Order: sequence, then C-alpha cells, then structure tokens
Amino acid sequence: MKKDHFAIIGQSLPKIDAWAKVVGETKFADDLAMSRMAHGKLLRSPHPHALIKRIDTTRARALPGVYAVITGHDLPRVKFGILPVSQDEEALCVEKVRMVGDAVAAVAAVDEETAERATELIEVEYEPLRPLMSIEDSLGHPEVRIHEYGDRPNVHKAVSLQFGNLEAAFAASDLVREDVFFYEGNTHLPMEQHSAVAQWGADGKLTLWSSTQTPHYVHRLLSRILDLPQAHIRVVAAPVGGGFGGKLDPFAHEIAACKLSQLTGRPVKITLTREEVFYVHRGRHPVLMWIKTGFTKDGAITGMHFRSWLDGGAYGSYGVASTFYTGALQTVTYKIPVYKFEGARVFTNKPPCGPKRGHGTPQPRFAMECQIDKAAEQLGLDPADMRRQNLAEPFVKTANHLTVTTIGLGECIDRVVEASGWGEKRGSLPPGKGIGIACSSYITGAGTAIYWNDMPHSGVVVRADRSGLVAVLCGATDIGQGSDSILAYLVAEVLGIEPKDIRVHPADTDLTPVDLGSYSSRVTLMAGNATIQAAERLREKIFTAVARKLEVPAERLTVGERRVFVQDDPEQGVSFPEAVVLAESMFGVLAFPGSYAPPKRAGKYKGGGVGPSPCYSYSACVVEVDVDRETGEVKPTEVWIAHDVGRALNPLLVEGQVEGSIYMGLGEALMEEQVFRKGVHKFPSMLEYKSPTTLETPEIHTILVETDDPEGPFGAKEAGQGPLLPVIPAVANAVYDAVGVRIDETPITPEKVTKAMENKRKGKSARLGPERLPVFSFPEAKIVESAFGQPAENIAVRPFASAPHPQAPHPQAPHPTLSPEGRG
Amino acid sequence: MMRLPPFQYLAPVSVGDAVKLMADHGPEAMLVAGGTDLYPNMKRRQFEPTVLVGLRGVRDLAGVREPGGGVLAIGAGTTLTAVSRHPEVRARYAALATAAGAVSTPQLRNMGTLGGNVCVDTRCNYYNQSYQWRKAVDFCMKKDGEICLVAPGSPRCWAVSSSDTAPALWSLSASVRLAGPAGERTIPLSALYQDDGIQYLTKQPGEIVTEIVLPPADGARSVYLKLRRRGSFDFPVLGVAATLYMDGETVRQARIVLGAVASLPREAVEAARLLIGERLTPELIDRAADAAYRPAKPLDNTDLTHPYRKKMVRVYVARALRRLAGLPEAAEA
Repeated sequence: MKKDHFAIIGQSLPKIDAWAKVVGETKFADDLAMSRMAHGKLLRSPHPHALIKRIDTTRARALPGVYAVITGHDLPRVKFGILPVSQDEEALCVEKVRMVGDAVAAVAAVDEETAERATELIEVEYEPLRPLMSIEDSLGHPEVRIHEYGDRPNVHKAVSLQFGNLEAAFAASDLVREDVFFYEGNTHLPMEQHSAVAQWGADGKLTLWSSTQTPHYVHRLLSRILDLPQAHIRVVAAPVGGGFGGKLDPFAHEIAACKLSQLTGRPVKITLTREEVFYVHRGRHPVLMWIKTGFTKDGAITGMHFRSWLDGGAYGSYGVASTFYTGALQTVTYKIPVYKFEGARVFTNKPPCGPKRGHGTPQPRFAMECQIDKAAEQLGLDPADMRRQNLAEPFVKTANHLTVTTIGLGECIDRVVEASGWGEKRGSLPPGKGIGIACSSYITGAGTAIYWNDMPHSGVVVRADRSGLVAVLCGATDIGQGSDSILAYLVAEVLGIEPKDIRVHPADTDLTPVDLGSYSSRVTLMAGNATIQAAERLREKIFTAVARKLEVPAERLTVGERRVFVQDDPEQGVSFPEAVVLAESMFGVLAFPGSYAPPKRAGKYKGGGVGPSPCYSYSACVVEVDVDRETGEVKPTEVWIAHDVGRALNPLLVEGQVEGSIYMGLGEALMEEQVFRKGVHKFPSMLEYKSPTTLETPEIHTILVETDDPEGPFGAKEAGQGPLLPVIPAVANAVYDAVGVRIDETPITPEKVTKAMENKRKGKSARLGPERLPVFSFPEAKIVESAFGQPAENIAVRPFASAPHPQAPHPQAPHPTLSPEGRG
Repeated sequence: MMRLPPFQYLAPVSVGDAVKLMADHGPEAMLVAGGTDLYPNMKRRQFEPTVLVGLRGVRDLAGVREPGGGVLAIGAGTTLTAVSRHPEVRARYAALATAAGAVSTPQLRNMGTLGGNVCVDTRCNYYNQSYQWRKAVDFCMKKDGEICLVAPGSPRCWAVSSSDTAPALWSLSASVRLAGPAGERTIPLSALYQDDGIQYLTKQPGEIVTEIVLPPADGARSVYLKLRRRGSFDFPVLGVAATLYMDGETVRQARIVLGAVASLPREAVEAARLLIGERLTPELIDRAADAAYRPAKPLDNTDLTHPYRKKMVRVYVARALRRLAGLPEAAEA
C-alpha cells in the first residue's frame, strides 16, 4: 500500500481507549470481581538460599474462611521457564528456595485478610544455605550451586562469537582503547501490580484473566505446568497497566490461582503487593562490561571486542536472550567491520533479571557510547561529527550477519545537533553545565519466536457485517503503548472509515488468532502488517460487490470519508455500511485473516537468532545537564532527541513513547538501582526505590525522522524502547563536559560525582567506575566470517500472503533515505 | 494488595472526649489525624493498635489564631497545605511555610496535619518495611525484635527523626500545647523530643498536641532547606532550618536546627553561637557550617549514604546562611 496521502495515518489522534482509562472505566485484572470469588495469597521465602525440610499447612487449613491451601506437592512436578533452554522454575518451590520472595505455598480464602493470616500459619522449616549475592560470590563459590544445570557451576550461559580477524583490525588502528563499565540493575516499576483471576469451570476447562504481555506464551506454558490440554485453556490478557517487560513470563500467582480455582470450584484472584512485584522482577540485568575498540585517526572503528558479565539472579527467565542481546546490536549504528563478543550470565540468590525496555542493550550502549566520547576527545574530534562520519550503511549486513534496512541516524544526529545548539555549547558552557550526545538503535520485533515454528508471529481477523461494524480480533496485548489504537488506525486507513467505527478485541486465546505478545517492539510492525493484509482482503471483496452495483470496474473504486466511491467521479458511490451490505449479500460472512512472520534472516551460527529484526529504529540524543559542584547533584535541564520511526502512524503516540523512554532512561542514569542487604532487596517500595517524578523530568524536544521502511506497515518502525538507549550515555557524557569527571557506572549518584570531583582535585583519577574484572575464561570462539557490507537479502518478503504484498519491495542495493520531512 | 489489620475507629468531636477515649483504651489506642503515615505503617504492622482515636472530627484543632502580641497559634489539625499557604506564616515564618510545603506530595499534604508531622514516627530503612521483609532480615528493637540492626552493639534505637516542620518550628522557638488527663500544659517544642528512636517524644501517649504556638516574629529571617533525591514524595535525609534575628547587619540571635541526622531534631548550638554579634561574611558562614557539620552523626539507615549526608550538612548549613545573608547560594567549588 504505497500512498502519498493518508487520511488517518500521520494524524495526532487520541488513543481509542483514552476516555475509558481517564474516567476509570477500563477494567484491569484487579478490577474483575466474580460471584463466589475467593482471594489468594502466596507465602514467600524469607531466605535467599535454603533447602525446604518440611512444610506443614495444617493450621492454615483450620483457619475459618480458608478454602484451600496448596504447596508444590499439589502441582505436577514439572519445571518450567519462558525459554526452552532454561526450564528451571517452579510455581511453588518444593525442595529449595533460591531467593527471598520465592513462593512456597498458596492459600485461597474468603478475603485477602484471611488469606494473608493463613499464610502466616503455614509452618516451613528451612535449612539455610550460603547465599551468593554477586557475580564474584557465585564464581568464587562453585561448591555452592544455585542450580544443578548451566554451562559451569553458577554460570547459566557462557558464549563467544567472533566475526573476522580482530588482531589484524587492532593492529591497523591508530588508537585502541580498553574501558570497563558497570550498569546497575533496575526494575520496571509499572503502575499496575500483577494480578490474575482464574476460573476452572465445572466442565473441566480453565480460563485465566491476567495482566500479562504474552497471553500466548502463558497459554502454552500453563498447559505444560498444569498438565491440561491447551485446547482446554483460555487465557485472556486484561488491559495491562504498564509492562515494560515485567509481565512477560508465566508467574507463580497465575499458576497458583488456577490450581486453587480447580480445588475450590470458585474463581480465585491473586493480586501482588508492590513488594512482591519487586521480587518477581525480571528487570534490567546488572552488567559488568569490558570493551576494546580500535579507531583510525579519523574516528572510524576498525574492530570491537566486547565482554559482558550479567548478574542474572535466581532463575533463567529470558536470560540467555539477554546475554546475547548485550552483544548483538553494537554493530548496527556505526561501521564495525570486525567484531567479537563474549558474554556470561551468572546465577545469584536475587530476584531473576530478564527483559526490561531495551532488553540487554542499554548496558552495552552505555559502555560503547561513553567509550566513543572518550576516543573522540583523544583523537581531537567532535563526538557528534565522529559518529556522523562513521554511520552504518543502509540495506547491507553487519559483521554479525544482521540485515539492516533504512537508517535515519544521520538525519537524527543532524537534527539534534542543530536543535540543541551543540556546536556553540560543547565545551563552552559555564562551569557546572555540560552537554553530551549519544546514539543508538533497536529492533522492531524479534526476528525469531522463543520456540521454533513456521507459523505466523501475528494473526488478525477483520470482520464486518451489515451493521456497518468492523471488528479487529488480534492476539496482541495493549500494555499502554497504544497498540489497539494503532490497529484501529490501520484498518480505518485501508477502509476509509474512522477509528471510532472500529472495535479492537485483543488478546483472548479462544477468540483471537495467535500473536506472540507485546515484547521486542513487535506489535505495530507485525500485528500491523497482518492487520493491513486482513483489511485489504475485506476491501477487495467490498470493491468487487460495489463495482457490480455501480457497474464500474473495481480498479476505479476507492474509499474515504466513510464511503466507497469512484475515484474520478466521487459523486458516484455508496456509504460504507451500504457497501458492506452489498459485500455480505454477495460473499456471505465477511471475516478475513491476516498473517505475518518476519523474514527469516537468522545468522548461520549459534546465537544467530538473537538480533535479527525486520528493521531497526535509530535515535540520537543530546542532553544538557546542570551539575551542582558542591552536592554532586546532576540535574538534566533539557533533552533533545531525534528518533527514526520509519513513519509516525500517530505522532502523538510516538512522542508519548519517546518521552516515556527519556523519563525512564533518566531514572536509570541518575537514580534507580537494585540494592540488596542481608540477602534482601533493600527498599522494595515506590517510596524508597528512587524513580524520578514529573518534577525531575526536564523539557524534552522530540524530533521524529521518517525513513519509510519497506518492512513496516506504511513504513513504520518501533518507538517504544529504542529512545531509552542513548539517554544514559548522553547523560554521562554531559556530566563529563560539565565537571570533567567520568562516571563509568550507573546510576550517576550525587555521591559518586562528588567523590570523583574530589579525586580530581587531589590529582587522582577523574574516573569513577569498576576497577576489577572477574577471573573468567570464556569458551573458545568459533570464528565466523564477517558479513560486513554484504548486500541485504529477503527485504519485505511476506509469507502467508495469497498475493504479492501490495507494497512493492524496495531495491536491495543501498538506497537514499526517503522522506526527509520529520515532525518536531 | 497490603491490607489494614482490623481496628476500631472512634471519632470524638472535642479534645476532652479524645483525651478521655485515649485514657480509657490505654496502650491499645493510638491517635490518628491525617493518617498519611500511620495507615501505611499499620499495613506493614509497625503499629498494631486495636483502637484508633480519630481527630478529624475535632473542629477546635484546625485553624490559625492570632491571640495578640504578635503570637501565631496554629491548630495541630491544620493541614500542611493550609499551613504552607497561610499568608501570615509565609510572611513571618518562612522556614515553616517552606517545610510544610516540602512534606511528601500535594495529595498527602492535603490530608496530613501539622500536629501529625510534628509527631511523625522516626524512620529507619530496617524498620519502615513490611512484616514479611522484617522477618526476612530479622526484627529490630523498634518493633518485634531485640537489637538495633543499624548499630547492633547499641543499647538504643537509632531511627531517624524525619519531620520537616519540627526543625523549622524549633528554629523559630515554637511551643506546643498539650492536652492530657491531667489538663493542659505548654512546653517549648524543643522539649517535645528526646534522642531515642523508639521513645522519641517526651509527651505521654495519652496526651494530644493541640496547638503549635509561634512567638512574635520580631523581624526574624528564617529558611528551611531539605535534602532528598526527588522534588516531591521523599522524606528528608537532611533538613536545615535557620532563624536569625538581626540588629541591622549584626546577628542578635540565631538558631540552627538539623533534621534527619539523629532521632530528634538536632540544634547546632555552637554554629549559632559563632554568629551572634557578628556580621554574616562568607568566611563566618563557612566557620559556622563547619561547626554544624562536626557533631552531626548520621547513620546508614536512610536514602543516600551516611558519609555523604554528613558532608552535606556543611553544604546545606552554609547555603541556608548564605540565603539569609543575601549572598549567592553556592560558593565557587
């Protein structure tokens, strides 16, 4: 669908569910109330690492108002995990707990108070084991094993990848830098706490309503965990009050609610407390990084060697993917002809880490962009120019075999440099004030599913009938990013009607086709492309029927303003509802599927499944800071960000995603940290876990750059995660410009800044950051040929299409960036 | 979600009735005004009263009086929002207006009262946690346990005085009126506190703070500065209140009070003494700041590290005095 002019696309429209959310009409999972519903509560371990010797639930069962009490012995003894390679979780631990917060029993009772009292009456006898609370701890004590599996004792995964001859690349460099960075872990902190309601019906079939980003994966795993056929399970994703990656795994409370419902014959609801949300976590991995990069005197990168050590926490979760992601996307922003990556994920007795907005990539991006800033200074180059001069090429492959399509990064850099006054400000702001730049890129949807299959990643059915109603049934979950609205806009554009004429019914495994879920910034592109396909199939039937009625060829028809009419004779036409009646009369029931799977481009090496994506978004960010030289407090005063979104389907929503990313990125840069003391999260509350408020959020100038990517629906790429990535290094680089100290670890707290400034005054190093690396030998890398500069393949290939996709594929050779006009 | 434990809520309409109800129910009962601190603490079972005597229905407790002679009397039930916006408070007692306006969030200031903030429980990040959390690290002596987890060898509790308004009122030489079974009494606000994280108030549990009385401003200049990570929401991890009475350019009387460095607001007597009879020069301010910094001994039980918080005492006291002297706020670092 190549169009120059759009009716809906590109308009700043409100979300279709905005009013319902504003007035409190939206029913989140915790708002669900059913007759006879019981309330559940989990008993969680107070020990970071212990064997369970005995659990006695007798007293809890005897408490009036208690309907059922379960332990892991009441569930099928099967371990599970979101990734097939990491099946290491139990809903209720049976033999061992691996962190404070591991669930060991669950209660259903007449109300939440009674359920809570009952959990306190459960007697659990533990035999404490030595807790391992850091990477060093876990590697240093192989005799204490958190899990029995893994590449080595307490090492979940260790990987090595090499593309090309690194030694030769470094030898040909004018400057080779080695730097060490640490990125602290942090959590998602969604407003909505996880909640689930389960109803095991009298017919033996189960329904689960849950605040989940991945109803499909929960559906699959519940079947295995509960030993119930998938066909007898229905998972409905309730509207999600913020996810950010924290609602991507199957969780103990969901599973316990199902089992308790089966035992009690009642619907059972379990809503987590805020403290419990800190324990289920799956947030940002703390990552220690070593990066060695060769540069020419012009600032071109000759080769890069990157090592990461991830503190994984107690379970696998998405950790293997997270590990690969810390090494995957370095290559897509600038030309890096030769590349080597080594990564290891280590188990510790802390809440498990997993995917958080930017999954595995903010950490290496922080390291890489700070190092480039240091290299630019050494080489006497402007850091913005240096980046601009060495951009990756569009429509080619990277060293690690990723296929890149459009790249708007050059324009992004130009726009933020111009808007921020970079040229005049850099190095010349008054003392204490500084400015920094960084760039980044992110995937628009993971190119592979988490389980191997040849089926669609997104499925949609668009249905219309004589009432004039158009309904979109799609398995995707709106987690607040506005994906339901996007699907409505796409259908409205294709059918010439208004978003209000469309109802979107998301994420119900009984009623909607499968969609893999709201993660990896995939919904707009994947569900969007499937939606366009379905809507176009409907439109084709409508055109056929209207053409017969009007006695014109179907090719002459078009849509717009809720009408179907003859393009060159607009008076001649019918209203949209009339057109649907004609089509329903001619073809019967009107319900059309759309399917999407991303192009198969995984690199032919182990680990090549992490990183490929239909296309990549790009961001450039300039941050100006005001550093209080007495207190060390860093106040970001203004942020300029340009984001290559391919095409802004709704600029208002894109700007919202960009601003939210900036806000979250600033929190990670300056405040947020997971800290543990005596084996326990030091402050599992919204009061003491410091996340910024609106008062800490500076003026943000968002510039949207459009490149009309051939892979995206109407050219769109992702916007929900990528803009977070450059914020953190841009802040660090700005702090250096302001006060001359390098804080090579997050968060950049006032104390670290004062300490570094003090050291600098005393003539010591003006760098504050990690000093040591673990003693660790990575596996020998199998050297794969670098694919750097090879032509892109498989552009805009649409499987499951009965006819060629109407949008003509772009040439495979590099082509100039399209559509320079952005929106400020 | 976290649920409140069951309790009986009593709603007296007069101070006398409230005093009587407290006496009748003894140690089982607690007073509640805005409830912004008490209810969350009850959810975490830091307090387990079976009876709450609510003061919201006691009309006499809210409002600001001017009994004459330049005195301003603020009812303990006056909301923090009302205190922070009151024109007389803003004009004559700037430190109090600032401190009241710096407590927590706008929503909580609409509920929270001045009396509540003056009496607010001391805080410690081993103590302000859920029952389950405290069970995991082991209970401390302030609730359910035997030892102090911040200073395990210590015979006392080191929870931190976390009121914003108390240091401000102390620096302004305010008094508090108390009503109890034995009748009414008025004491200096400074006498309301003692240096113990558990018994941080000197008043009897059944006594009610009814009014906070501010002496005539007498041209005093006052300021309150608060260290916290965010512009809202956070309790102070350091508060500095300073009040100066001037004779022309010379300091006649001075009172500097630090919040959140001990279990009670800590008056920096030596620092204030250095100022009396002197002109406020940058050098003198630095000396006073140093004098305030030395005795401050924050411990590792709030946000930010205690060495940093101690370091900031000097910076914040200097800033407070510079502001009162009309000097630029930050010295060139």
